[in-house]
Amino acid sequence: MSTDTQPTDSTAADSTNRGPLGRLRTRGTTRETVELAALGVISLLAVVMLGFIGLYWLRDLPYASTAYEQFRIAGRLLDFYLGTNVFKHPFMWQSLSTGVLIGIVAPLVGSFLVHREMALIGETLAHAAFAGVAVSLLFNAVTGWDGSLLFGALIVGVIGALGVQWLADRTDTYGDVPIAIMLSGSFALGTLLISYGRGLTGISIEGYLFGSLAVVTVDGARMMAILSVLVVAGVLFNYKQLLFITFDEQAARVAQLPVNSYNTLLVVMTAVVVVGAMQVLGIILVAAMLVVPVAAASQIAVSFRETMYLSVILGEVAILAGFAFSIAMSLPSGGSIVMAAIVLYLGSIAVSKNGITALSTR
Amino acid sequence: MNPVISLDSVTFAYGETPAVSDISLDVEAGEFLGLIGPNGSGKTTLLHLMLGLHEPDSGSVELFGEPVGEFDDGHRIGYVSQQSTAQSGSMPVTVQENVTMGRFAHVGHSRLSPHDYETVDEALETVGIADLADRRMSDLSGGQRQRAYIARALASEADLLALDEPTVGVDAESRDAFYQLLDDLNADGITIILIEHDIGVVTDRANRIACINTELFHHGDTESFVDSEALTEAYGVSGRVVHHDH
Repeated sequence: MSTDTQPTDSTAADSTNRGPLGRLRTRGTTRETVELAALGVISLLAVVMLGFIGLYWLRDLPYASTAYEQFRIAGRLLDFYLGTNVFKHPFMWQSLSTGVLIGIVAPLVGSFLVHREMALIGETLAHAAFAGVAVSLLFNAVTGWDGSLLFGALIVGVIGALGVQWLADRTDTYGDVPIAIMLSGSFALGTLLISYGRGLTGISIEGYLFGSLAVVTVDGARMMAILSVLVVAGVLFNYKQLLFITFDEQAARVAQLPVNSYNTLLVVMTAVVVVGAMQVLGIILVAAMLVVPVAAASQIAVSFRETMYLSVILGEVAILAGFAFSIAMSLPSGGSIVMAAIVLYLGSIAVSKNGITALSTR
Repeated sequence: MNPVISLDSVTFAYGETPAVSDISLDVEAGEFLGLIGPNGSGKTTLLHLMLGLHEPDSGSVELFGEPVGEFDDGHRIGYVSQQSTAQSGSMPVTVQENVTMGRFAHVGHSRLSPHDYETVDEALETVGIADLADRRMSDLSGGQRQRAYIARALASEADLLALDEPTVGVDAESRDAFYQLLDDLNADGITIILIEHDIGVVTDRANRIACINTELFHHGDTESFVDSEALTEAYGVSGRVVHHDH
């Protein structure tokens, strides 16, 4: 059954119209073009941001130092023309880079989580990561080691992810109760450890709770850059499998997909995204970035692929709008970004012809 | 030729509650097997055992001549679960995307080829929903949604179609058309296993019947089932049989 057995006009037309949305014969190709253009801009932005993090890392090497200086000059020019006092500071670039990357990876992973009704897992893993921050604080205080708190958060977050998956495999479901116990349990552990260690360390935990542009460390930005590349690659490489298990897990099992492995991959990627994102968004708000852009996109998208496109676009818009608001008003970045995302969500309901799609979270 | 499915004294319990007890039966290629029994009789569990979704406590299951644990030709089975039928689902997945999932077991991590898209198109044509390709699954009627799932099985070029109460919530007319489609597919050589609570439909359509209530009460051709006492035995003398009153 090759193409040349049916050399009709209709098949030829079909194959030329077959864009990345699959064969959407009847719907707006203009709309698809606009979405792809927006994704192109976002990708470019992400590459520039990854470039900054890379240059900042390697700025002592001969060629990189020149390029890095150019970047700084570009930043000063940007400040000059915008009348701001933002882009000349490397630490602002770091926060911005981290934010731009969050705007891509959080909705990307969230698209699967939300539709698997696993949205609360993001919240749970954020709380596990909080325990991880607390453990690292204590560990650093006791040993005098000067490692980033985020590495501890990442390790504990991933352990938490594997724990959630282990529970789900045993109980055949992502049940509310075990998840809720884990959520509050890890947060309780974190508060105890922090109170116990307060005498030993002077570090404020507030930045981690509510998110702050200033809390993004050099290590944190580098970690986010590496993790983002891994997560994007992971989602793109496993897109089909993740889609299948999200839409019809039992049929995916019958089709002999290693469903448990993909579930584990998804939960671990969630932990990774949550840890990266909590610097800017804060532990309490980080799950919103996994959920809200996806919920908004699901209102207006015609297909799952378009849901992913739109959730990344809306996520990025929320991040940038939130950053602008946060900088202009000197308010926390986490709350600003989440409020921006919710405005987009309300907007998507207003323009949606579907009415409010009931998305359940667990 | 190996049977499509071969169960040998299969037993399975949920904790202490036996669901399937010592059932042996073979499903041959080209059969249309109706799997019937009262509510809670273990029909779905038996189907899950056949497909490897559950592991039997004792006994063995073979799929296409291979022990079910080692079977890896997932594309040979098209499965429509009770859940996928019942779910109205808010997930924005188009009919096209759903049917394309039938190709995923073939392509793995590679890109879909033009041949894959053609196979999807043909499957949509066969079940008569090509015009709905761009619609969200959640916008379809029950009957249309069933066809979309069947199309997914066809797209995967399945030899075996396993359907768990596919017509719950589907109106009578669409249901008749749906069973006509199954008949046509069976005539083309696809083996079908159908769980259906409406015994009338099963005896009309299936050429083999397995009647279970934890144990196997009857397994044979439809005529011998109709003549036997298996129905009353399996459903109990209280006669809580679902009548075919359409």
